[in-house]
Amino acid sequence: MGIATLYLSFLVVIPLAALVWRGTSGGWGSFWDAVTSPDALAALKLTVVTSLIVALINAAMGTLIAWVMVRDSFRGQRVVDALIDLPFALPTIVAGLVLLTLYGPKSPIHVSLAYTRLGVAVALAFVTLPFVVRTVQPVLIELDQDMEQAAASLGAGRVTIFRRIVLPNLVPAIFAGTALSFARAISEYGSTVLISGNLPFKTQVAPVQIFNSIQSDNEAGAAAVSTVLLVISLAVLIALGLIQRWTVRRA
Amino acid sequence: MVKRTTRRGVVLGGAVLALAVMAAACGSSTSTSSSGATTGGTTGAGGAINLVAYSAPQAAYSSIEGAFTKTPAGKGVSFQESYGASGDQSRAVDGGQPADYVSFSLETDMTRLVKSAKVAANWNANQYHGFATDSVVVLVVRKGNPKNIQTWDDLTKPGVDVITPNPFSSGSARWNIMAAYGAQIQQGKTPADAEQYLGDLFKNVSVQDSSGRAALGTFTGGKGDVLLSYENEAIFARQNGEDIDYVVPDQTILIQNPVAITTDSANPQSAQAFLDYEYTPEAQKLFADNGYRPVVAGVVPADQFPTPSSLFTIADLGGWPDVATKFFDTKTGIVAAIEQANGVAVASK
Repeated sequence: MGIATLYLSFLVVIPLAALVWRGTSGGWGSFWDAVTSPDALAALKLTVVTSLIVALINAAMGTLIAWVMVRDSFRGQRVVDALIDLPFALPTIVAGLVLLTLYGPKSPIHVSLAYTRLGVAVALAFVTLPFVVRTVQPVLIELDQDMEQAAASLGAGRVTIFRRIVLPNLVPAIFAGTALSFARAISEYGSTVLISGNLPFKTQVAPVQIFNSIQSDNEAGAAAVSTVLLVISLAVLIALGLIQRWTVRRA
Repeated sequence: MVKRTTRRGVVLGGAVLALAVMAAACGSSTSTSSSGATTGGTTGAGGAINLVAYSAPQAAYSSIEGAFTKTPAGKGVSFQESYGASGDQSRAVDGGQPADYVSFSLETDMTRLVKSAKVAANWNANQYHGFATDSVVVLVVRKGNPKNIQTWDDLTKPGVDVITPNPFSSGSARWNIMAAYGAQIQQGKTPADAEQYLGDLFKNVSVQDSSGRAALGTFTGGKGDVLLSYENEAIFARQNGEDIDYVVPDQTILIQNPVAITTDSANPQSAQAFLDYEYTPEAQKLFADNGYRPVVAGVVPADQFPTPSSLFTIADLGGWPDVATKFFDTKTGIVAAIEQANGVAVASK
């Protein structure tokens, strides 16, 4: 317990506290100025909205993929299963480079998404793909199929079974995966820095805007915007904890 | 049930590892520059020099180091090199990264170290004012110049797609912007007109990468009609077989790259000897081979680097400290205001 606390303090709590301290060291006035400067605001808005959309897409597609992985069996399933984790293993800057090669101006498949907001969303979807799949998959594996069979024998259709029996069991896991992918997406730098084009107000995401602030020796501004991202992430994760507790109590 | 999951996990983990290794192997064949990478050398009698530099002159330094170690002063000297973005490197040294010799793309990165007394205030006291290499801002175009880009005015025409890095993250972008601005002044325009020109220019900028090298990658990747870049970067790209040409506009800025030895160097004699060596004709010639304009006269034929009819320096525009505040302050700078005005226009579209 002591070691765990010490370890967490040095790695997480103290650096985060220092970040908040740095961001607010110029007083709340300058913190507010940094966060509400037009470029920071535009970058934050783009980041949060895009991440939200991507997280929702992940919720749907991730659940679908998990379902296919657990309930279907096909050749090469193990390989596909391993592929899903690849975005975790791949340095995100490489992911950005790969996406740029594929969807850039010289796209071999003639799909040009680079330097648009859609390109940013694709990059975020790529790096956050595993979250929902990996949280839903174990729940699906553990899910007792007897219930579904019982429902089917009583005349329930497949849609009804999924909606009334499977989905309620998956909801906490889907929530958890979605929240994690959202938190991951708002902090994504590596994959977006190449594909977004970094046009302020248009495709510049908050982490890149933070990088620019650091490069312009505006460290307090960078820390302030980082603090906002931190607070948003924290809020989402706390909300997630509450929802999970609520669903467990209801079950 | 638990057992099955565990075994599955092991298989999965192994597969991921194998794929990651494969991906890494594929990744290394593409040329991404690793920022802040440190490469070691063999230690000799002359001690090790920690060289901390911006990325662009890496190839030049590797030949110059080789030549230096063949001279009496450089006998037995080894090098520990670190390359990265100029501002990052400067901040790292400021933060305590060991360095004997530093080389930056912007004078403000040197000024930062002077402020923290890591570099002596008289670093620029030699006859070359502390600059080891020069370059100019050029207009990089597609092979054969299909859009016939010749002047700064051509960049603001409708339908011309311009690439320049983001001036708030990239030193090279700042040179580009000041070249564009200064060129207007040189043509007799008022500062207000020159600012208007910058506004029009930014309307045609479609990508603002985080560094000069990233912007070069975007351009050679097929995006844009014109890339604002250093002459040495354009020459570097051509040496690497990229299908590009470049135009030296009639009015452009002289880029000056500062070098210095640090005050807390563990090996000041060797570092100073290396610095002195850089001003020899041999070393200057090696810089020129890598696309840089030599600061020492008469090293290369006059026609190797065409002299623009109107060449100005950052001092003509007030010097870097003033320019940095006036143009590139993230809140009050002229360029910040331009980006903001264009951004609002984009947002309301």
